[in-house]
Amino acid sequence: MPSCAESSWFARKVVRWRATASVSWSVLLLPATTMLFIFLIRFQLFHPIQWTSECLGLLTAASTIFSLLLLSGVVLVIGFFNLEYYTVVPSIPCSRVALLAKVLHPRQCVHSLVHCTVGMVVMWCASVMAGGRYRTLGFPCTHSESSSGAHDACLNEYHLFFLLAGAFMGYSHSFLGVVQNMNYVSFQIIQQYKYLRFKGSLPWVVKCSAVQSLYSVRNYVALYFFFGHIPRAWISNTLNLQIDSSLHSLDSLAGLLDFSLLYHLWISGTFLLFTWYITVLLFRIYVTESYSFPVQSTFAEDAEQCLPKVLAEKNTLIMKFLALQDLALLSQHSPSRRQEVFSLSQPGGHPHNWNAISKECLALLNELMQRLVAHHDAVASNGRAKPPSASSDARSSSETSVSSVVMSGTEDLPQTPRPSVLMRTPGSVFLKSSNRSVGSPVTAPFTPDLDSPFSTPALRRLAPQPGPQQATWFSSVQSPHVMRRGPKLWSASTDSQTNGSATASPAPAPSSPPPEQKPSFIAQWLQNRKEQVRGFLAKRVLVVYLFNKLPEASSQALFADGQAHIWALEGLSHLVASSFSEDKYGVVQTTLPSILGSMLSLQEAVDRHFKLPHASSKPVKTSCSLGDSTYKTLRFALRAALKTAIYRITSTFGEHLNAVCISAEHQKRLQQFMEFKE
Amino acid sequence: MCSLALFPPPLPSGQVTLYEANNELVSGGSPDCYEKQHWEPPSLNFPRETLKPHSRPESSSKAAFLDHKDTLWMRSAGAWRDAGLSGLLDEITNSAEEVPKWLTVSSGCVLALLRWMSSFHGSLFPHLTLSGEEMAAEFSQVLDWSDSAVRSFAWHPHTDKFAVALLDDSIKIYNSRSATAPTLKHRLQRNVSAMQWKPLCASALAVACHTCLLVWHVDPTSLSTRPSSGCAQVLSHPGHSPVTSIAWSPSGSLLVSASPVDTAMMVWDVAAENCVPLQRVGGGGVTNVSWSPDGSRLLAATPSALFRVWETRMWTCERWPCLKGRCQSGCWSPDGSRLLFSVQGEMVIYALTFSDMTGGPKSAAVVADLSETTFSGTGGEITVGGEVQSLAWDPSGERLAVLLKGNAESSGHSAIIAVFKTRSSPVFELLPCGFVRGEAGAEPRLIQFHPHFQHGALLTVCWSNGRISHVPFYFVSVGRSHSFGSPPLPRFTSKTEDYNMHTLYTEHIS
Repeated sequence: MPSCAESSWFARKVVRWRATASVSWSVLLLPATTMLFIFLIRFQLFHPIQWTSECLGLLTAASTIFSLLLLSGVVLVIGFFNLEYYTVVPSIPCSRVALLAKVLHPRQCVHSLVHCTVGMVVMWCASVMAGGRYRTLGFPCTHSESSSGAHDACLNEYHLFFLLAGAFMGYSHSFLGVVQNMNYVSFQIIQQYKYLRFKGSLPWVVKCSAVQSLYSVRNYVALYFFFGHIPRAWISNTLNLQIDSSLHSLDSLAGLLDFSLLYHLWISGTFLLFTWYITVLLFRIYVTESYSFPVQSTFAEDAEQCLPKVLAEKNTLIMKFLALQDLALLSQHSPSRRQEVFSLSQPGGHPHNWNAISKECLALLNELMQRLVAHHDAVASNGRAKPPSASSDARSSSETSVSSVVMSGTEDLPQTPRPSVLMRTPGSVFLKSSNRSVGSPVTAPFTPDLDSPFSTPALRRLAPQPGPQQATWFSSVQSPHVMRRGPKLWSASTDSQTNGSATASPAPAPSSPPPEQKPSFIAQWLQNRKEQVRGFLAKRVLVVYLFNKLPEASSQALFADGQAHIWALEGLSHLVASSFSEDKYGVVQTTLPSILGSMLSLQEAVDRHFKLPHASSKPVKTSCSLGDSTYKTLRFALRAALKTAIYRITSTFGEHLNAVCISAEHQKRLQQFMEFKE
Repeated sequence: MCSLALFPPPLPSGQVTLYEANNELVSGGSPDCYEKQHWEPPSLNFPRETLKPHSRPESSSKAAFLDHKDTLWMRSAGAWRDAGLSGLLDEITNSAEEVPKWLTVSSGCVLALLRWMSSFHGSLFPHLTLSGEEMAAEFSQVLDWSDSAVRSFAWHPHTDKFAVALLDDSIKIYNSRSATAPTLKHRLQRNVSAMQWKPLCASALAVACHTCLLVWHVDPTSLSTRPSSGCAQVLSHPGHSPVTSIAWSPSGSLLVSASPVDTAMMVWDVAAENCVPLQRVGGGGVTNVSWSPDGSRLLAATPSALFRVWETRMWTCERWPCLKGRCQSGCWSPDGSRLLFSVQGEMVIYALTFSDMTGGPKSAAVVADLSETTFSGTGGEITVGGEVQSLAWDPSGERLAVLLKGNAESSGHSAIIAVFKTRSSPVFELLPCGFVRGEAGAEPRLIQFHPHFQHGALLTVCWSNGRISHVPFYFVSVGRSHSFGSPPLPRFTSKTEDYNMHTLYTEHIS
């Protein structure tokens, strides 16, 4: 991010160089792909010798060289956009309107616009290299009736068709990038050398670009069939080019069902997408390459580059992720670096390294636990994921007893506000945490209905969206109630406006704060009006469609940064397990109770979360696309990693764990793990 | 080098090996004729006759039900779905009266070309012409897999629990602490060729099936005897079937699966259901994968005379072209530094020693000679020896069990288990321990060691008559505390110099 680039040495020294290296490799690969493209687009089945000689001649032509230069420029632009827009924590829209807002976001508009332009440039190069009828925009008219004028230049619709196709593909690339979270960079489950990783995913990229190009061609041809005459007329008017009426116009069936035209379009589209995808792929490979941070340094000026400091970093997310990955790797693979973690500081004899690392990991885990608890509270208090229309009658008495907050979004609630008695099912974490949060405004009557069709947690997700790196994570780090104070249904329109104009701050204030302390008559009246408006809107199909929550999106959003927690769990558990034999000073023992405590509490919270509807439903497999969908299954991976981490500790320490002082509740749970009954 | 001639003679028919104590194998007349010293898992019996194998042939009996009055489109679509491109072409070629002649002719030509190419491919890699079931039988670690009542067996790595896959494609789970034995059945669970429990987990069992990979989540506290198929996660990847071998990483985070028809080995993140293919073209597939107990290396055997050893940090591999035949079986020492393997067509066991310092071994050494040896005893002549079917090393690294293929033609030469004692200092060597015999007429089919037996090692053997028995080896391992001194082992090998050194050479190719 440009904002962090000044502050962080990592973004300056590492990420930028990695991006540069990836872009230069994609530029270096351009001549090869261009050559292949020329051979494919000039393909002639029945004249193989002519075909080869023509292509070989074209390779050294000035126009090709110029095109190559232009394409290199295009790749530079794409690489720059990759660097500026990438994120390691995907932003997940929870409703369709949030998705819409994401697409219409100014930042995204710039992205789309640039991609349109750049797509046109690529297609111009493609049409030049294809030659023949695609070569130029204008050509001397051949028909007889206008033989008088010297300015007889006609519009070459084929060329225009190609240029517009480039713009369309550029836009659809940018659009699909939002829908499929293409700017999300995920980390691989195993480490591989860059070249091998590139080689392994090359066939897949070829397949993806071919398939995606096929879809794009289909959509574009359909679009051109209906609306093709508009740009054609506009261009011919502005550039004063005539339309040759003796030729078929392309927006007719006969014009479009030209096999060679479609083939050329498809090949060019594949070429376009392939060069872009290669850039994206190389960028991902370079950026996610593991980076080895020193555990401790002898020089004071390097201290900020050491693992304990870097882990606590909040601004450069990529650095935090790489540091956690490095922690997970060192805890598994390198005994010498583990020794450094367990070592004591030279004067004083304090285990600073271990303390800092464990504290940071535990903070991550606790933050996730609080987030889960807050979400669970919000959902439980508002009734479980009620369907928008059938909610009122489906509400059973047991659920109302569970729901603790007054303003749950049903119409047939009693008019008198019920006292906000916290009645929850017994459960240590949840009881404790709710007690903790009673004093805070979280459980105040006007808690937004997170689960109702019109509450827009998506918009709250969108609030920190201008800086995608700052997504979800830190807004919820500050306190769980910031995110719970999101916009509500009845203020949805204003909120979407403010969010749409990208001036949002992480904590949007409710637009009309009603008196919260005593449920007076006015509050009641307001409440009734609100319910009426809500009931009115709930009957409008379009509104429901737009504001309806996408299933399992909230679950995905909760675990959007799950990879960090997975690494923290792996790192901690491996370190603890190896401390059994390697930790000479017993450094780890002091923190073992708190580590076990937070893991077990998190385990409880995760178990609870998976009992919610949609939380454990598996996402459908996406078809061939470059968008990374690993974030959709991160919660399952986190659940498995958590269990494995606890088992790793229990199976290493065995009976010794009985001597660790943790609460009785946790002791009981731990016993389950020690008997392999979880 | 150890050879079978140094072994004590095998038991005559009718005697059963019961256990090892004080360095001797004790035998008896029947499997249950001795007092058990410690807890032992129950022996089970699955008579071959009670199990009905799947009668469904691979190309399903759909033709009998297919309405042949379907239009050509419908039939083509069906053929495309069932058998891919070649099926579609076949369908078009066979319905000559409905399609134009040029289409029939051209599809016939393409089909012929395809067949020629696939036969060419098949001549390079003969295993590709086998059907899925034959392939599983060919590359399985189980002797005579297709006829065996027990298809696969898996001990849980941490608890006294095991899973048995039977001929009828069901899996039964036995737990020492609960009376219920859940039976797992799934529509896709066919031709189970391997199973493994996930380490550091109580419930997950990975099953290699005919078309896919199943991961069952069997709640250990549940009382249900038929977990629903919703408890199973289906992992599949196009072109990656049949799966013949799977291996969990010892840290429990990754699962590797291998298929003889796929040159790529899949590394799965099971929970997230995504996989990374690791493609290496040479060899034509991967038949058998085995992870070293410390998690640092992975053995991947191919159907050709080639195997690879991957290091699991950056996932690069060493290539080991074998002399003769493919690598049939391999096992790792507990510290992951030594790999023993056997090669098809050779009656020896090779050893490879890895160390982090020198960057890997340059050649493999022969550590045991298993050529045929004839013992003449009271009950006539008994011949033992032959090729190795599978190797198993006990988790303490003190006993090595070798399942030797017999010779079906000759009567006195059946499959047998030879058990070696292993010693790693001062030099690595194998010392003879003895042969394990089962009941009369029963051949061993499958061997596996219990992963955490307290009093030595416990070998589980599945026999051809459907019996599963457990042979304990009582000893005090070097790694554990010596409460009482064990008598010094007799040394049978004196000369280690006169090895006929079969050496294999490696090429370092990432």
